[in-house]
This record gives sequence, structure tokens and C-alpha cells, in this order.
Amino acid sequence: MVLECKHVWEHISGYLDGTLDSEVQMQVQKHLEHCEICSAILDSTRNILILTADDRVYELPLGFSERLHARLDKELSGLAPPEKSET
Amino acid sequence: MAEATELRNELQMITSILGGETHLFHELIRPYERSVYVMALSFLHNEADAEDTAQEAFLKAYRNLSSFRGDSKFGTWLISITLNEARSRIRRKNAVKIESLDEPTGEDGHVSPALLRDWREIPSESLERQEVRHLLQEAIGSLPPIYRETFLLRDVEELSIAEAAQVLKITAVSVKVRLHRARMMLQKSLAPQLKQMNSKRRWFPWS
Ligand SMILES: [Zn+2]
Repeated sequence: MVLECKHVWEHISGYLDGTLDSEVQMQVQKHLEHCEICSAILDSTRNILILTADDRVYELPLGFSERLHARLDKELSGLAPPEKSET
Repeated sequence: MAEATELRNELQMITSILGGETHLFHELIRPYERSVYVMALSFLHNEADAEDTAQEAFLKAYRNLSSFRGDSKFGTWLISITLNEARSRIRRKNAVKIESLDEPTGEDGHVSPALLRDWREIPSESLERQEVRHLLQEAIGSLPPIYRETFLLRDVEELSIAEAAQVLKITAVSVKVRLHRARMMLQKSLAPQLKQMNSKRRWFPWS
């Protein structure tokens, strides 16, 4: 069976994660070998996922950590450890 | 097996914190500061609210530490708390501004990708440019909430499909479906913009 482009698009995410059934995986792979449009969709999606997973996309605000730990300190230096269950 | 050791250390730390060595909580959460903040930021869209939400989430985690059962990773548990905190903030905000937390189109909604004839790789170094970082943040931030959540957990926080399903209280199949849609939506909105930037100017003088 030959897959049409729009059926291949349904499998892009699964293909990238390697979660497709092996038969579907093979059909998609075959299609990609000769279809430039689907290859470009796959490549661009993969590229975008690499970029969005990069730590540099989101920067912590300056002083974030200091303010967080200062606030925690107030809580932690308060009386007891967090309430204990079943002891 | 660094990960297994890490998990054991976390469990030990938690036991000690509950036993009274509360200062260890600082150390326990240090690896998760970014994750919690990013999760909050993608929902609240402004740094001050996101920071406040992140702080609240850490405080909640501390106060509820004794209810952590160790049947999930501490990080996953913490992300669940953050997600709930972010969601409830948005609900409170939405008393003024409406942004539905529900699914916009239904589970069978279909997303077509942007069609390109070719793709020239965008190098990770391009993230040094604020313009590019903003573009990505905007695109992620404007995904409908259920897709944004799934995408963040899986592709930004790098949870497994099973862990994401646990946090979102949905099936693994739903995670895969939502993830696929989220990724296609991002491809659709980002690929043309990134491509245009890429052709307008080169990332490196030598590329
Ligand atoms: Zn095709």
C-alpha cells in the first residue's frame, strides 16, 4: 500500500518518537525517500523540536533563585517540618 | 545509573526533611527551578506572575511533602503541583479575561502542516538571538492550553509519554494525539517564519 502525503503527515510525530507500528514506520520511511515536501515537513518539525527543547529559549529572570530561596527560608525557618503523616 | 542514584538521594532527602532537616529542601528543589518557572511562564505570559506562581508551587510542595508517595518521580510530582497552580491562577484571571481551558475544536480536529519545498537547518546557535527566542516563546504560548500542556511536559520538560499522561490524568493515547497536534501547530506557525529569517540573514558569517 502506498501512503499519500496527508496520511504521512498524521504520522510525523510518531515517526519522530519511534512509536509507530513497524509496518507504518516502513511505509512512512519509503514515502519520505522520494517525497521532498514530506521530508521538508519532517525536517522542519524535528528542527523546531530541537530548538524548543533548548534551555536558552527560556531564561530565568535575574535574581529568581535568590528570591525563591529567600521566600522558602521564611517558610522553612518557621516552626516545624512539614506536617508528618502516619508517624 | 546516575538517575537511579539521584532518585534514591531524593527519597533520602525527603525523609530527612520530614524528619526535621528542613534546610535540605533548598537542595532538593534546585534542579527543578527552571522547569517550574518555564511551566508557569508558558501559562501566565508574564514574568512577574510566573515567578510568583513558581514560588507558590514550591511552597505548596514543601507544605505537602509528606503526601509525596514516591510512586512517581519527585520532579513529576512537582510539575503536577505547578500545573495545578498555574491553571487555578488562570481561572482566577479569567474572571476578567476569557481564555477557555477546554478543548477548542474537539479531539478529532485536524492540523495541516506548513508546506515547504525544502528545509535549511536552523542551528541552535540562532537562539543567542532574542528575536528567535521570542518567536518560539510566542508560538508555544499561543497554543491552545491542552496542547500547550502536553507539549511542554513532553518536549520541553522531557517527561515520558506515561509520565505526561499521569500528570495530565489522561491516557497515553491522548498524550500522543495532543502531542502530534501541538507539534504540527508549531510547525505550521514557526516553519515559515524561521525559514524567512533564515533566508533574510545568515546565522554565521561563514555559513
Ligand atoms: Zn509526501
